[in-house]
Amino acid sequence: MTKKLIKGNIALCEGAITAGLKSYFGYPITPQNEIPAYLSKRMVELGRVFIQAESEIAAASMVLGAAITGARAMTSSSSPGISLKQEAISYMSGMQVPALIVNVQRGGPGLGNISSSQSDYFQAVKGGGHGDYKIIVLAPNSAQEMYETAYDAFDLAEKYRTPVMILTDGIIGQMMEPIEFNRIEKKEFTEKEWILNGSKGREPRSIKSLLMKDGVLEKHNVKLQEKYKLISENEVKYESYMLEDAEIIIIAYGISSRIARSAVKLARKNGIKAGLLRPKTLWPFPSEIINSLAKPNVKFLSIELSHGQMVEDVKLAVNGKSEVGFLGKAGGGLVTEQEILKKIQSQILGGSSGA
Amino acid sequence: MKKILSKPESLKDTVLSYCPGCGHGIIHRLVTECIDELGVREKTIAVAPVGCAVFAYEYFNFDVTEAPHGRPPAVATGIKRTNPDKFVFTYQGDGDIAAIGMAETIHAANRGENITTIFVNNANYGMTGGQMAPTTLIGQITETTPFGRNPEREGYPIKLCELLSTLEGTAYLERVAIYNPQNIMKAKKAIKKAFQCQIDRKGFSLVEIISNCPVDWGMTPLDSIKWVEETFIKSFPLGTVKDKTNT
Amino acid sequence: MISTIKINSEKCKGCSLCIKACPKQCISFSKQFNKAGYHWASLEKENACIGCGFCYMVCPDVCIEVYKDL
Repeated sequence: MTKKLIKGNIALCEGAITAGLKSYFGYPITPQNEIPAYLSKRMVELGRVFIQAESEIAAASMVLGAAITGARAMTSSSSPGISLKQEAISYMSGMQVPALIVNVQRGGPGLGNISSSQSDYFQAVKGGGHGDYKIIVLAPNSAQEMYETAYDAFDLAEKYRTPVMILTDGIIGQMMEPIEFNRIEKKEFTEKEWILNGSKGREPRSIKSLLMKDGVLEKHNVKLQEKYKLISENEVKYESYMLEDAEIIIIAYGISSRIARSAVKLARKNGIKAGLLRPKTLWPFPSEIINSLAKPNVKFLSIELSHGQMVEDVKLAVNGKSEVGFLGKAGGGLVTEQEILKKIQSQILGGSSGA
Repeated sequence: MKKILSKPESLKDTVLSYCPGCGHGIIHRLVTECIDELGVREKTIAVAPVGCAVFAYEYFNFDVTEAPHGRPPAVATGIKRTNPDKFVFTYQGDGDIAAIGMAETIHAANRGENITTIFVNNANYGMTGGQMAPTTLIGQITETTPFGRNPEREGYPIKLCELLSTLEGTAYLERVAIYNPQNIMKAKKAIKKAFQCQIDRKGFSLVEIISNCPVDWGMTPLDSIKWVEETFIKSFPLGTVKDKTNT
Repeated sequence: MISTIKINSEKCKGCSLCIKACPKQCISFSKQFNKAGYHWASLEKENACIGCGFCYMVCPDVCIEVYKDL
């Protein structure tokens, strides 16, 4: 198969289109502008729906509208815009509407800056909006994975009737890499039994999250939690690198995982048995495998472009069985291989948690 | 004897949750009669608001979705653009459409979305207990304007039809009332015309219905319709604000 | 009698809008309460009904049916 050199954000668009994306609704914000710009041409050429909405709030509600009719719909934005989309994400979670939301993260809080960042981890994996819910959060770390993840996200969203988020960052989004279009175009869709498409030949349906009758919302929440449990059991994905004999295991996702991988090699050259576990799903989090790797003689190091968010989930997974360290920064540059090596060395020698 | 007038098929046979004398029931009937008469029930997808009509899906006998507060025009945009063959309308109150959802309203109208909006203006937030709405009249007492709406403090009532009329995308805008049988008949005609506007793919249509909210206004149902006739419609003149349906 | 109306006494909330709208003054409140606690509207002067449909039109609870000999 021939490869093509494209940006991660464009690869993501192509993955979604190949998966049968019918409607895209967006709003400009850096560093995700390639997505609406590219789709404004591609979607129209394909006779599909593209709208530049009046706000992120509206764009996310348009996704809700398209998705309740059974169509594959998505929106994309960057951190401040994702905060605005939380309204519709919470509604879609309550209404059990499948959709794809892409967050090409930038620095925060507030307007922050446009540097690559991973500081929306909490917002993404802990629900993000109001109410007791989770969404599936996927973390690609290459243009190839942006393509594949966007393609697979819709199947996942529909399988569980839930919003799915791709949590990426400005570097993965804008980096050009050769990619292989290795997915088959999805053209056939079986009609879902819950959608609104006019009540011809059936009883009218309604889709809602407002459940006022006694006990109904309580039952609905229990049902949602059962679904989340099922997702946790079935959909965890991660990549492991040199874990077999590792005495220090780095946990990193997205752009940080690429730097961490180089740092693992560097550490090994320096005689330290380092390894990398890269979560490809941030929710559900690969807690079980992390727990199984946790032993008194193994240390963990969470590397993030934040001041320590994922590290909390690593600690929960480790559950006191190993020491967990942290290295990260936010709102500016990347963590370097040298910095990681230094941190590994001090953690191995010093035994301080550092988090 | 023959039954000549009864509940439309598009309205479910159930007790409405609205307060005694509330205009929502009449408007539900008019909307559902028009849908029956136009034969579009089985291709209708309606968008319910947040507000008193939040339970509209309990009453409408066709597909209905919920929307976040103020977002029905955006949700309807997503539905209609993705399914141009469906019949799509939003049912919204004054707070939903002209306060929290004003941006969504204006931009859906400006894009000329081929949807219809039924806008129920009762000059207050009914569901939450009668607070000031964007359409509350000058001097009107509400839960949050205990001294009467003062323009220096709270600004002026928004005339949505007039505001939207400057936008190229709007095809049909009309303000009607339902305080007596004659006006109810006119209201039905306007709703049907707005729906027909969508069927004919002419663009955005909206009917603003001046309604009554006896309980939150602190009036009897009869006093409330009298207030609509003598006071409310003096600030919100009835009639066609814009009609491009014949061009 | 050429026309009549049927009022669903359980759906009626006694708002009195139909009583006011009737041009022949043939509707009034019943003496009894329904399950929800309302005095429902009831057709008292049966022979006076002209089947104009005004009561149906103003009824916010859609609980009136109009019948006519055609």
